[in-house]
Amino acid sequence: MIKFLTKGLLRDRSRSLFPVLVITLTVTLVIFTIGFMKGIMNNLLLDSAVILTGHEKIITRAYNEESQLMPNDLALLDVDQLIHDLNQDYPDFFWSPRITFAGLLDVPDENGETKSQGPVIAFGIDFFSHGSRQVEIWELERSLVSGKLPENRNDALISSKLANQLNLSAGESVTFIGSTMDNAFTTYNFNVSGTFNLRKGQTDKQMMLVDLSGARLALDMDNAASAIFGFTHSLYYDDESAVTLRTDYNTKSDSLDIFSPFMLALRDGSQMGTLVDMSEAMLAIMGGVFLVVVMVVLWNMGLMNGLRRYGEVGLRLAMGESKGQVYRSMISEAVIIGLTGTVIGTGTGLALTYYVQENGLDYTKGIEALSNSSMVMPNIFYAQVTPDLFYIGFVPGVLATVLGTMLAGLAIYKREMAQLFKELET
Amino acid sequence: MIKMITFFLSFTFLLGQPDNMSVQDIIKAMDNNLNAKSRVLTSRMIVHGRRSSRTIESRNWVIGTDQAFTEYLSPPREAGTKMLKLGDKLWTYSPQTDRVIQISGHMLRQSVMGSDMSYNDMMEDRPMEELYEATLEGSIMIDGRDHWIMVLEARVKGLSYPKRRAWIDKEYLLPTKEELYAKSGKLLKTSTMEGIKRVQGRWFPSRFVFKDELKRNSKGTEWVIDDIKFDVDIPDSRFSKSKLRK
Repeated sequence: MIKFLTKGLLRDRSRSLFPVLVITLTVTLVIFTIGFMKGIMNNLLLDSAVILTGHEKIITRAYNEESQLMPNDLALLDVDQLIHDLNQDYPDFFWSPRITFAGLLDVPDENGETKSQGPVIAFGIDFFSHGSRQVEIWELERSLVSGKLPENRNDALISSKLANQLNLSAGESVTFIGSTMDNAFTTYNFNVSGTFNLRKGQTDKQMMLVDLSGARLALDMDNAASAIFGFTHSLYYDDESAVTLRTDYNTKSDSLDIFSPFMLALRDGSQMGTLVDMSEAMLAIMGGVFLVVVMVVLWNMGLMNGLRRYGEVGLRLAMGESKGQVYRSMISEAVIIGLTGTVIGTGTGLALTYYVQENGLDYTKGIEALSNSSMVMPNIFYAQVTPDLFYIGFVPGVLATVLGTMLAGLAIYKREMAQLFKELET
Repeated sequence: MIKMITFFLSFTFLLGQPDNMSVQDIIKAMDNNLNAKSRVLTSRMIVHGRRSSRTIESRNWVIGTDQAFTEYLSPPREAGTKMLKLGDKLWTYSPQTDRVIQISGHMLRQSVMGSDMSYNDMMEDRPMEELYEATLEGSIMIDGRDHWIMVLEARVKGLSYPKRRAWIDKEYLLPTKEELYAKSGKLLKTSTMEGIKRVQGRWFPSRFVFKDELKRNSKGTEWVIDDIKFDVDIPDSRFSKSKLRK
């Protein structure tokens, strides 16, 4: 029967080609739009995650109490062992230590006297470890304005805004003035290997990036770190699983020891919970509205297809086919058309979404215009392929089409057999 | 830090002063003592951190209130670090960077070697009479010793501690306890002194404890004077910037 119906559909292009095309396009649009919206929301969270929170962040309980002060005297110790354990226990994430510190950056003149000086917020990140993804997640290759990425532990990347303020350029030496892990005064020379612009407004105004090993030397933090950041391998933040993992980890941690490691999910960061909830709510509302609209379109198409075949249905009834048979065959055809369009549309939509996930859409100029904003804004928007995109298209593609056809098909039961030949005569 | 030392030293000149001595007399006598000709001292600073304690040894050369030179002797990370104070300017030299850097602006509020003292504490050493208006609140017995309670209110703007309250031993004329307040009245730091003994005709404490009250769970910083000599001839070359690198 299905073979018979399929043959009929293929031979009558007015019943197959156009509906399949419409469903394909609509499902493609649904998949891409939802994937793109999810990507944008994830990018918004990822930017904050990379700089501030990670998808998960481990600090000591005492550090958590005073985190605004960047209290490195309360930092994590024996970090190598901690990371080893995390990699074993939570392999869905990659874990990387980070030292966050602040102080003054002093630029010497040719006599070694202070030429210029300014406040700096520095991040010691893992540039050099085998398999480290820090350069990738910070998008440093793309953000590099001049010079090159750090090649040894004394190299530093300075934000172009800070470099301009201090009249610095790549190749020069700067002295960091700050406090060690023991709060002792420290000075440390870094070579400016390059300048960068994250293109995220004022976020990087006073930013310096150095390798973790350089930061450890400068701050006397051997095998210590302010925090350990964890990210999912796909860089996609799943709030529910992140919260579950955090709760699980903290249950095992000694709550009485103020120096015991303590995990925070992205939503635990300052106002990040609200952002996560808002983004999820916005996604649900926007996705829901969009889904309803396309469902109405496809429903309507199913309805119109049914009505357009008014004469054919009459003829089939006149020839002796039962109303139930006609109704079921129309629904079967709608299922075949819906499935075909949905499968093609899902494939096309996923391919498109994946392309934008990998390459992104560049809105740099627009974001630069908002450079006075202190918000961490992404400047290239990436889509995100998520598991639900593999089945979400079936809702409008099959369900709406079939429902439309079912509604139109109800007219079959209202046809009066006595009127059929009269209708066919006209 | 220098101010605190000189503040303490100043009271040694008031030895044996009568109980009815006026506040103005005390302050004036104190200022006379603040400007000791010179002193050379070796000390240990024991910084009690939240995780561990560190001992930092240093040697200081001081002339009056304007010139001071400090060389840190240990631990290895701090050894060779030097500081020079000339008037209201402060430079530091670190052998790791081989740079002479002037400490200014908000860096002056930073802790000295992780202790509970800031660079501003080291810098503020103008005569107390110029800086504070003093009043006596009364007397109190502490550990069997008679003390005045003195309140010092700032006469000039921009001081790190616009208000102080000191408990002054009437025999030693040393503030065995002091509280340092912000303009808002918030307690910022406290200091105490112990081990008072005679040194070259002065009563002098051998151990101070400073505590930054803003640091949560701070256990304070001990400052132990191992050796001190007053009125020593110190060559002017000791207080030159070139000495920092040598």
